[in-house]
Amino acid sequence: MGAWSRFLDTFFKWEIIERYFPAIIKGVVVTIEIAVAVVIAGILLGLVLAIVRALRLLAVNALIVVFVDVFRALPPLVLVLLVYFGLPNIGINLPSFAVLWLVLALVLAAFAEEIFWAGILSIPKGQWEAARSTGLNFLGTLAYIVLPQAIRLTVPPLTNRTIAITKNTALGTVIGVGEILNQATTAQSFSSNATPLMMGAIAYVVLFIPVVVLGRFLETRFAWRRI
Amino acid sequence: MTDARPPILEIRGLRKKFHDVEVLRGIDLAVQSQELVFVIGPSGSGKSTLLRCCNRLEEPSAGSVRIDGVDITARSTDINAMRRQIGMVFQSFNLYPHMTVLRNVTLALAKVLRKPRAEAERIGKAALDRVGLADKARSYPGELSGGQQQRVAIARALALEPKVMLFDEPTSALDPELVGSVLNVMRELKRGGMTMLVVSHEMRFARDAADRVVFMDHGVIVEEGLPQQMFSAPSEARTRAFIAELAR
Repeated sequence: MGAWSRFLDTFFKWEIIERYFPAIIKGVVVTIEIAVAVVIAGILLGLVLAIVRALRLLAVNALIVVFVDVFRALPPLVLVLLVYFGLPNIGINLPSFAVLWLVLALVLAAFAEEIFWAGILSIPKGQWEAARSTGLNFLGTLAYIVLPQAIRLTVPPLTNRTIAITKNTALGTVIGVGEILNQATTAQSFSSNATPLMMGAIAYVVLFIPVVVLGRFLETRFAWRRI
Repeated sequence: MTDARPPILEIRGLRKKFHDVEVLRGIDLAVQSQELVFVIGPSGSGKSTLLRCCNRLEEPSAGSVRIDGVDITARSTDINAMRRQIGMVFQSFNLYPHMTVLRNVTLALAKVLRKPRAEAERIGKAALDRVGLADKARSYPGELSGGQQQRVAIARALALEPKVMLFDEPTSALDPELVGSVLNVMRELKRGGMTMLVVSHEMRFARDAADRVVFMDHGVIVEEGLPQQMFSAPSEARTRAFIAELAR
């Protein structure tokens, strides 16, 4: 057996591809579900936290900063394990899917909050003053004047961070969430062949390349008219 | 000034402290309806702070500011409701860069006064017409010259039909050749009966348009009077020194 056919046999064995294709597809669906749920919850929570922070209530802001710093400092895997194996001890039993979603959403929220906050801070004080002096209240000024400008600035860093955190759905494999990597490693141990892992890798590429391209599109789309 | 009617803007015993620095140390000033009052003074004299206290962009530390009899510093006063009656024009224009000129002018009409879109646009276009920029309604601020931007900012304040307009060095950020167009708009407002409090160093404009000139230094009003008197024969030494400096 030549090196080439051995390579094919290890990573691209046809009957294994056929056998585990449905499982990988199932994993893709689960990954997409978690990813979408994480992105929506994480970005929304991050935005809400940034808006609350803009109210500049000292005690509340201190709490936000602590939350943000802790969740940015901890490796997501540590959080996943801590929550999954820790919570049952205090009587809270969450399904592994929920644990993964919760942890990644909170991590994304922490990063998103910082990014939105930086965006809000970058808008000149004069914009606030002009809007407030026409009688617009705090939330109206935020909604019509500050956020539309701030969000434009946040799209590039937010896109990058969102992609990075969404890829962490692969951590679900250690707590048995049936996402892509979990399906692939299970199949790999049953078949004693690396082909399912290669299928998983390809699935990630197929899944995330469009997201990366979309991110680039959003970056150029929103980069306009920065005065 | 012999007018018996209450002033549109009445400032009494106004003080403002930033940390330990007292920037305003007891200001009393009244602006009558349709009057144009000019505030001059060296930088750091507190004139911008005085203006900003008049719509509570700065919170006064003590004293009161009344707009048409309503104390805007009172706890019970709805400051957002008061602010639409107080037009503010900034040195740096502060137009909203992500909105068209018309939207800049109509935003508060739509979102604060809740006017229907068609009506807001009609009022907005009329305001732009008054500053000579009706044809720029669809442009973005970044496409306009500084002078045009400042006129849009004036239209934005004007659209809300304020009882008084505050101008914070409206021409200081402009190239010299663009100053005239802004001053012309202000002259036009004066002719239309607008009450105005203006912080500026445009002496020639003050001479021919202002009803009164107020000289401030170190957080107090040093003296006030008619423009001719203030610029030709000020009674205080500090005023004389400042006017001489301006005229150089």
